[in-house]
Amino acid sequence: MQALSIHGLTKTYGNGVVALKGIDFEVGKGEFTALLGPNGAGKTTTIGIITSLVNKTAGTVKVFDYDIDTHMDLAKSCIGLVPQEINFNQFEKPFDIVVNQAGFYGIPRKLGKQRAEKYLKQLSLWDKHDDISRNLSGGMKRRLMIARALVHEPKLLILDEPTAGVDIEIRRSMWDFLKKINKEGITIILTTHYLEEAENLCRRVAIIDHGEIIVQGRTRELLEKLRTETFVLNLRKPLAQLPPLDGYAVTQVDDTTLEVEVSKSQNINTLFELLSKDDVQVLSMRNKVNRLEELFVRLVEGKG
Amino acid sequence: MHVSRLRANYIGFQTIVIKEVVRVLRIWIQTLVPPAISMTLYFIIFGGLIGSRVGQMGGYSYMAYIAPGLIMMSVINNSYVNVVSSFFGSKFGHYIEELQVSPLPNYMIILGYMMGGVVRGILVAILITIIALFFTRLHLVHPLITVSVVILTAVLFSLGGLINAIYAKKFDDVTIIPTFILTPLTYLGGVFYSIHLLPVFWQNVSRLDPILYMVNAFRYGILGVSDIGIGTAYAIILLFILGLFCFSLWLLNKGVGLRS
Ligand SMILES: Nc1ncnc2c1ncn2[C@@H]1O[C@H](COP(=O)(O)OP(=O)(O)OP(=O)(O)O)[C@@H](O)[C@H]1O
Ligand SMILES: [Mg+2]
Repeated sequence: MQALSIHGLTKTYGNGVVALKGIDFEVGKGEFTALLGPNGAGKTTTIGIITSLVNKTAGTVKVFDYDIDTHMDLAKSCIGLVPQEINFNQFEKPFDIVVNQAGFYGIPRKLGKQRAEKYLKQLSLWDKHDDISRNLSGGMKRRLMIARALVHEPKLLILDEPTAGVDIEIRRSMWDFLKKINKEGITIILTTHYLEEAENLCRRVAIIDHGEIIVQGRTRELLEKLRTETFVLNLRKPLAQLPPLDGYAVTQVDDTTLEVEVSKSQNINTLFELLSKDDVQVLSMRNKVNRLEELFVRLVEGKG
Repeated sequence: MHVSRLRANYIGFQTIVIKEVVRVLRIWIQTLVPPAISMTLYFIIFGGLIGSRVGQMGGYSYMAYIAPGLIMMSVINNSYVNVVSSFFGSKFGHYIEELQVSPLPNYMIILGYMMGGVVRGILVAILITIIALFFTRLHLVHPLITVSVVILTAVLFSLGGLINAIYAKKFDDVTIIPTFILTPLTYLGGVFYSIHLLPVFWQNVSRLDPILYMVNAFRYGILGVSDIGIGTAYAIILLFILGLFCFSLWLLNKGVGLRS
């Protein structure tokens, strides 16, 4: 059973904007997955559909095997949501906000109060529990929303850009906290613009852009793939047989064209030495750019 | 499973009600003081100054006659305004999402907000009754009718306020209906006069105003006089409640004004 399984999910907003173009997305139990993508990619839309804040146009969503079309309440009980925008009543006190949320999930008030205290303490907010929440700092407000999302002890925690606008120190402590609760068994999905965040936290990552999931898999493998460059070599003479090029992944496109993957740590001179040793002469070379790399560059440079 | 779901739903409902009541009491200067002030003025000006020249109406002093009307007017206005402003506020501040993501079913959300409006309506009714007692003596001819009519009326207008809030997109939308529909219907609903004072044609027009039935049923409970049949009044009130409840449930299930 998957914690989340999405198939053929599409969303067209009332104004005609196509936010999702049929995405498939799976998250295993206990995983820590990033949904990584630039502004307007469709991250919040996807999360909105999972948490029933947005109507889907087509497709299926299952949360721990509960289809949101047929078992909405059971699916909802499994999920805790930390939204992108502040969505609590800023005139209420943090403690009341968390206790009330427990109540909405059917948790008796007494237990709700115990849990609220527990999670507000875990998120270092206990000394603020009786203040008006409008007066909390931005980082505190985010942590309050994390405490609120955990109060019914969900199996799946979804965070929509939890660290946006949070300073490095608090970001790190938030990361540590999320890692800890993930180890304790809670499945986590978080959206982010930052490759660094995905890299630090998430074993798996799905990259989304323009309403499509471009690639998903293990973060490390993906990064490895992203950190290689593909060069296209045009050769002077047709090649009868591919020479052995130790350490390089080479494919022969046609008689006079080779594609070589070179990781950023490899030295390209060595490649040419190996080639000339076998008397292969290179006429010209160009860098092959694919969409993933382009996106990757945008994400790394933080342009979003 | 089902028992625990029911219990969970009840806890959710209770949570909304507590939250709503706390809200009414927290902002009591906005919720409880204004009706007390305006009704006191009504009693002094209409009941005292003008009423002394009017003489009797329906066999009672004018002050005694309008007291039930004014209490009902406050109930109608306050239960409506409570739900419309609270629910719209939760939409505007996005904290309605706290309920939307929770497994609490929509009918419970409706009942919770409705109950908040009813509590405010009843609180205000009690307050205005106490104020009225400074000006006049009120009997309680049919206590059961009095109490049930006041509660049902609060239920009805709480639901009305909810529907208004579901459709509202900006703060203006929250005040339009109370100002342009509710207030005129209340004034024309026999709060200040018996419709028997009107020409027959206007009497019949007045009978199209649902508020007339509530005001008169309530007045019947307190004074024992009414312009209309009590059975009709109950039928109309219950019919409206049923209609408004189903409509608001349909709106929430469809996600009108909430989900894009
Ligand atoms: N309520 C809405 N009505 C119409 N269009 C919308 C609505 N919400 C989002 N969109 C559009 O849908 C697309 C996807 O938006 P979405 O909020 O899902 O992106 P995102 O990946 O969360 O972006 P960001 O990183 O900026 O939060 C965008 O083009 C956006 O303008
Ligand atoms: Mg977003």
